[in-house]
Amino acid sequence: MNWIFEPWPWYVAGPLIALVMFSLLMADKNFGMSSNLRTLCAICGAGKSVDFFKIDWKAQQWNLLVLIGTVIGGYIGFHFLSNDTVVHLNPQTVTELKALGFQSAGSSYLPTELFETSNSFDVKNFSILAIGGLLIGFGTRYAGGCTSGHAISGLSNLQLPSLVAVIGFFIGGLIMVNVIFPLIFSL
Amino acid sequence: MKNLIFLLIGVIFGITMFKSEAASWFRIYEMFQFQSFHMYGIIGSALLIGVVGIQVIKRLDLKSFSGETIELAPKTKGFNRYMFGGIIFGLGWALVGACPGPMFSLLGAGFGSIAVVILFSVLGTLVYGMVMKKLPH
Repeated sequence: MNWIFEPWPWYVAGPLIALVMFSLLMADKNFGMSSNLRTLCAICGAGKSVDFFKIDWKAQQWNLLVLIGTVIGGYIGFHFLSNDTVVHLNPQTVTELKALGFQSAGSSYLPTELFETSNSFDVKNFSILAIGGLLIGFGTRYAGGCTSGHAISGLSNLQLPSLVAVIGFFIGGLIMVNVIFPLIFSL
Repeated sequence: MKNLIFLLIGVIFGITMFKSEAASWFRIYEMFQFQSFHMYGIIGSALLIGVVGIQVIKRLDLKSFSGETIELAPKTKGFNRYMFGGIIFGLGWALVGACPGPMFSLLGAGFGSIAVVILFSVLGTLVYGMVMKKLPH
């Protein structure tokens, strides 16, 4: 059973994600995490001024439960199922990231330069986290789904719009790491 | 009882995201640099099982636990919203290294600063709702 405390390989994680999707289908629901962001807006009262949020959020309670479960799962994964959480990257990736100023590459789970709370609240890092969040929240609703809704659910159902969205995800991601990262990091 | 099932599904998802390192910023960077098969293996194997499973569901007309026909909401036709929205999402995904599932897994794992990302992703969704009528879909 020691393997469970090691990082899980792709051939364990992928089938588990499929299991999550099929479990939700069997419960008459569709797998898609980003819908929760819309629901959270609705709960906060955004429906009063914006029609897009005039939804019966109680009908989305099931998905909020999945979300709460995801938080609990992260807690369990970190506290009870991990010996250490260092991510072992391709050595070439580590070299590149160190050149960009990420000395924690190859020795932590997240880059401490960005996510360590003592670093996250300087102006630059806070802006990065905030802008990233805005892009994710805006983009996912504009595209009508995120990785779970398009790359897993949509593509599994052979939906052409989901293929376009996933191609978009990659265009955006490639622009970010190749063009924008060298501009905003490394200095 | 049904609520407990949804919670449990979320727990499995949250553990999987954390333990597979799909919630690691480093893995997302590595994926976008095509320097590891790991993330492609995760998404690809989920997808392969998904495609086959959904074909089986459709061809055998399998029913859900409640006895209903299994509904797969089709995506509305279009191009612009998927391409432009996708690109915007991809920029954010690569920048903060987490998408809307893993970010909640990270919150549970105790990475407090991800709360900034979560808060601003809710705001981003709010902004979309405010300007959506002016955007090409």
